[in-house]
Amino acid sequence: MAITIDSPATVEPVSLRIERDPRGVRRITGNRTRINWWATALIAICAITVLVPLYFAVITALKTPDQLGGTGFELPTGFHWQNFVDAWTLTRFPQALLNTALITVGAVVLTLLTNSLVAYAIARNLHKPFFKGVYFYLLSAIFIPFPIIMLPVVKETALFGLDNQVGLILLYAVFGLSLNVFIYVAFIKSIPIELEEAAYTDGATTWRVYWQIIFPLLTPMNATVGILTCVWAWNDFILPLVVLSDPAARTLQLSQFVFQGQFNTNYSAAFASYLMAMAPLLIVYIFAQRWVISGVMRGSIK
Amino acid sequence: MATPVLTRPRPERTPRGSRPSTVRRRVGATPRAFYWMVVPAVAVFALLHTVPVLIGVFFSFTNYAGFGSWDFVGFGNFLALFQDDRVLKAYGFTFGFAIVATILTNVISLAIAVGLNAKIAFQSTFRGIFFIPYVLAILVVGYVFQYFFANSLPRILSNVPVFRDNILTNPDWAWTAIVALAVWQACAFAIILYLAGLQTIPQELYEASAIDGATPGRQFRSITFPMISAFFTINMVLSLKGFLQTFDHIVALTAGGPGTSTESITLLIFRGGFQGGEFAYQSANAVLFVVVIMLVSFLQFRILQRKEADF
Repeated sequence: MAITIDSPATVEPVSLRIERDPRGVRRITGNRTRINWWATALIAICAITVLVPLYFAVITALKTPDQLGGTGFELPTGFHWQNFVDAWTLTRFPQALLNTALITVGAVVLTLLTNSLVAYAIARNLHKPFFKGVYFYLLSAIFIPFPIIMLPVVKETALFGLDNQVGLILLYAVFGLSLNVFIYVAFIKSIPIELEEAAYTDGATTWRVYWQIIFPLLTPMNATVGILTCVWAWNDFILPLVVLSDPAARTLQLSQFVFQGQFNTNYSAAFASYLMAMAPLLIVYIFAQRWVISGVMRGSIK
Repeated sequence: MATPVLTRPRPERTPRGSRPSTVRRRVGATPRAFYWMVVPAVAVFALLHTVPVLIGVFFSFTNYAGFGSWDFVGFGNFLALFQDDRVLKAYGFTFGFAIVATILTNVISLAIAVGLNAKIAFQSTFRGIFFIPYVLAILVVGYVFQYFFANSLPRILSNVPVFRDNILTNPDWAWTAIVALAVWQACAFAIILYLAGLQTIPQELYEASAIDGATPGRQFRSITFPMISAFFTINMVLSLKGFLQTFDHIVALTAGGPGTSTESITLLIFRGGFQGGEFAYQSANAVLFVVVIMLVSFLQFRILQRKEADF
């Protein structure tokens, strides 16, 4: 009796499966490439939401001031490149770009070199109280939000003469240390120590082992840390705003803020200026998309 | 990442018997170089990170204006904070904004990540598009949004009451525009985090559940969500923590206005501390804020992780 009750029950899900979930069946029979067009359509609509502000920025930057009325979504009648020329001179774009580029490159290089070095020493000595203490000291700083540091650090940087580009480079490398050490240490612990021991046997110094064996092996994590630092330093606004004192040291984002008032009558030039501020990183991203996304993903799985 | 750590022998255990060549380990001393790698960097870190924190805490007990002489005032600043309408209003706005933005960001990002992870056309192109906002400066995008809210939206929705006028000058609704910008920008990173989580789920689970007749909704509730709950926790904590410190969004859109209706705590600390001669008072505010943020993050972890354990 039990068997006759059981058998329809085992048959039923199979028939339901075929009716209700054809996708699952097809997958089992090997047709894995069937595309879900409903999901594609929904995702496409959402993707448009991301692109609309960019479209808006581009067309506004190409309009003459008298074309600006209306909803703002109308296409411009021609390309008014003069906006870019105006923005270029008004915001002192070359100088701001140079400052931002200098600060970003400096921050990335200093971060990669110093933070990985600290992480290496910690990761290989984590069983010793001193290094363990340092590790947890650095990690605890992750939970301290910026506002508490903001007021005193400005006093300090002014006192040490660090209220300039060099100071910012140093601050990015220091403020990023906590998170980066965390990312690096997790990775370094997975590198077999035998490699280093072999090098030590051959008489290599600790510095040489770090530079010639460990640093090259860190490449994937260097990419992750480099991308995170680059995007942060390039787009940061609050740190340059409070730290920099000399107008000649202004970054791209800071100069957008400073010159915002002067655009009052000329929105087209303002948008040209926004586009020029966004463009460098956006262009890099478009060409290195896959690499950037996989780099950030790698960091997040830690 | 965890397994290699467990299987790798501790360096101090191995050399005793098998590898006498590593002299430094047998002696048990750490090479000086390791200290040179750590100490200078940590000293600079302490100087530029820990010392400012301590200075902030120290001055929060004084009446320092940012210049001139000062005296200790005990807990006076902290008591005054709780009676300051501007401060309370800033906390109210910041928390309201941050909670709404956190929920929206996570719901939208999770939905988009699940969609991106499905079998769709142009998958990598879409993924690339969704990540674009991450590489853009909030301040600059904020100015674009600001123009849109102030000049375009009133023309497009000329019949809808709130949008008919510039929403950014509406004391009751300006915060929604800030939420829109914040969510637009924050989704980029959250989507990538969720995608990373979704890719850790073995495909077999879905195939097995499909054989058992599970609907897509049931699959999401019983497989997808439980499997990425750790990513959900970390995303919720990071989003809320980030949104509570919001600054750029507000500078670009409303500058705290109209009046002080969209003034966030970070903006208030910045203004009072640098422009208002309230160095000590705003330091106290910052100390309070830090305690609040740490408490909120801790509570969030506890609550969300308890949820994780239920599955």
